[in-house]
Order: sequence, then C-alpha cells, then structure tokens
Amino acid sequence: MAENATVWEVFIQSKNGLAHKHAGNVHASDKVMALENARELYTRRNEGSCIWVVKSEYIVSSESEDSEAFFDPSNDKMYRHPTFYTMPKGSKHI
Amino acid sequence: MNDKLFQERIDAEKKIEPKDWMPEDYRKHLIRQISQHAHSEVIGMQPEGNWISRAPSLRAKMILLAKVQDEAGHGLYLYSACETLGISREELVKQLHDGKAKYSSIFNYPTLSWADMGAIGWLVDGAAIVNQVSLQRTSYGPYARGMVKICKEESFHQRQGYEIMAEMAKGTPEQKAMAQDALNRFWWPSIMMFGPQDSDSPRTGNAMKWKIKRQFNDELRQKFIDQTVGQAEVIGLIIPDKDLKWNQQREHYDFGEMDWVEFWSVVNGNGPCNKQRLDHHKKAHDEGKWVRNAAKAYAKKQELVAN
Repeated sequence: MAENATVWEVFIQSKNGLAHKHAGNVHASDKVMALENARELYTRRNEGSCIWVVKSEYIVSSESEDSEAFFDPSNDKMYRHPTFYTMPKGSKHI
Repeated sequence: MNDKLFQERIDAEKKIEPKDWMPEDYRKHLIRQISQHAHSEVIGMQPEGNWISRAPSLRAKMILLAKVQDEAGHGLYLYSACETLGISREELVKQLHDGKAKYSSIFNYPTLSWADMGAIGWLVDGAAIVNQVSLQRTSYGPYARGMVKICKEESFHQRQGYEIMAEMAKGTPEQKAMAQDALNRFWWPSIMMFGPQDSDSPRTGNAMKWKIKRQFNDELRQKFIDQTVGQAEVIGLIIPDKDLKWNQQREHYDFGEMDWVEFWSVVNGNGPCNKQRLDHHKKAHDEGKWVRNAAKAYAKKQELVAN
C-alpha cells in the first residue's frame, strides 16, 4: 500500500465448527480489500472456511517480559484442577 | 533483559518474539537477512513470469501462474516477519531500489528456454528448500513461522520443475539438449546460492551464536548436492562438474571449485540481468502508485460515508 499502509491481522477457521486461528497479517486500505488479500495470501490451498480480519492497532497484547507476574495468580490455585481432590475409594464415573 | 539473559534464552531454544528485548545487532542481522529473502521471492517472479505467456500447454501455464503467485505470497510472509522488527514495508522496498538491500544473485541470470523453468524449479527451489527447512528452526519466532508456511508450499515448486526436466530429457534430441543446457547454466549458480564457504563468510559467527542460522553454508550445500546427483542420474542428465564423485570415506560427494570471482561480480551488480530486474521492479512500483492512491482515497470516502 501507499505510505503508512494499514496492517490487518488475519484469523482463519480451517473447518466449520473449529475456532478461528491467527494466520498472519496483510496490508490493505479497507476491510473488503483486507478480506480479499487474506483469501489470496492464506487460503490458496483450501485452508479455510471463514476468515476474520481486524486492524492490528486494535489488538491488545500482554508483555512477554511481564508474563511471569501477569500469569502468576493462577499458579497457587491448584484447587481449580480436578486432580486436587481426593475421591472416596470405590467411587466411579467421577 | 541484557545480552547474557538473551543468550540464555537462545541457548535454551526459546524463540524470540517481536516485543522481546534483543541486541541491536541481532535486529539488524535479521532485517538484512529476512528482507534479502523477501526481495528474492519477489524478484524471483520475473525470470519465471517471462515464460507465462509462452508456456507450451494450458496445464504448464496454469502451474506456472500458480507458482509465481506462491512466490509473491512467500515474499509477503517474509515482509510481514521483517516488519515486526520495526521497519516499514515502504522502507524495505526503498532499500531494494537504492541497492542497499540485496536479493539472491541467482535471479540475475536470464531464462533463455522453457527448460529453464524446469531447472529453476528443480535446482533453485530445491536449493532454497534445503536452506528453508533449516531455517524453520531459526530463533526469531515470526521468521520461523514464515518458514514453516513456505516449506509447506515449496515442494510443489521443486516437483513441477523436476517433472519438466524429466519430460524434456526423454523427449526429442533437441529437447534433451535444451534440458542439459539449462542444467549446465543453472548448476553452479544454484550451488553458490548457499553463499560463500564458511571460512570466507564473515557474518556466520554471530548468526550461529544467535541461532538465526542453524547450519553452515557448506553443510547445506553438501546436503543439496548429495540429494540432487541421484535425481540427475534418474532422468539421464549430466551435472557439469568433472570433479563430482562419491567419496566413500566422507560418505558425501566431492565436487569442484566454485567460481567466486563470478559470484561476487554478480552480487555487486555485474550479472547479466541485474539492471533489468531492478528497473522492472521500480517501473512496476511507480506505475502502481495511482492504484495505491486510489485505494486510499476510496477507503477515506467509505469512512466519511459511514460516519
């Protein structure tokens, strides 16, 4: 694109029923062009059944340098996992 | 994060992501390498585009069109990866036009006959695959992910090229001679695609330490030669190297001296097509300017209508 092109992140649903997954990005001046560019670039071999595009500037990301502190609160909550609990001997289907 | 922590992450085979701290030289090395790689994909469309209108059958034409479109796609994957390092697409293209950024010298050779489409797919893409398979393990995340995508698509390129060569090699004597001639012209430039011998490659040290490169030039070159010799034999073509022979002790093929004088001469702009390739890229870029401007104006208008 021309100077200061808009970058769009591309998410592809490979098959009906599955979640959309990040595939990469494209440059485009508007949303229709973004979708068409994404189709040409990321689905030339039947990789998709649906595409989302979203302007990269709208993506908010956590900082990987802070990831330890950011994700720390989940570390000490083992009781969120089923293996934390002791089941009575002989109990089934639980 | 400092240099020591950075190196520890590299040594632990952790990928570096765009927002992570990285030494300035690591960033510079990546921008140079990835942009050179991207430009190669894009400039590489020209020698093949040369034959789209003259492909010998509709099947051949459709395949070649699809292949050239793939090359454009590979260029875009790589520009995207490069942009994550904080450089814009416009700046990358400008560096190419100013001669500040290079592309692979192989594309400065002309494509004189249809057999050259075979030789390029078989040898040039074949050599590129050996290099790219290795780069799937590069330490920079976006580059590694781009390589994975490219490798998935690249093997069709090599197979279609080898099929062209095989067909021509079993055709009329003239067709076989064309195939042999294409192999003769593209063999040495192809094995020089892996770059200078490691003893003469000043940047190899850091690139290996930072795991940007995962294997030495000579190692990759040997791998390509070892796998290609048998393929030439199968289709009855002769690799133009009288020193080529199996070395039982090394369990590799020995091969002749490469002409590095010619290599550097082509790198430095004196190949048969250097000027033509760059001029064509600049022309296409300049002539597309009104399209880019129109698209932008249209987008602006749509926004005004929506608000």
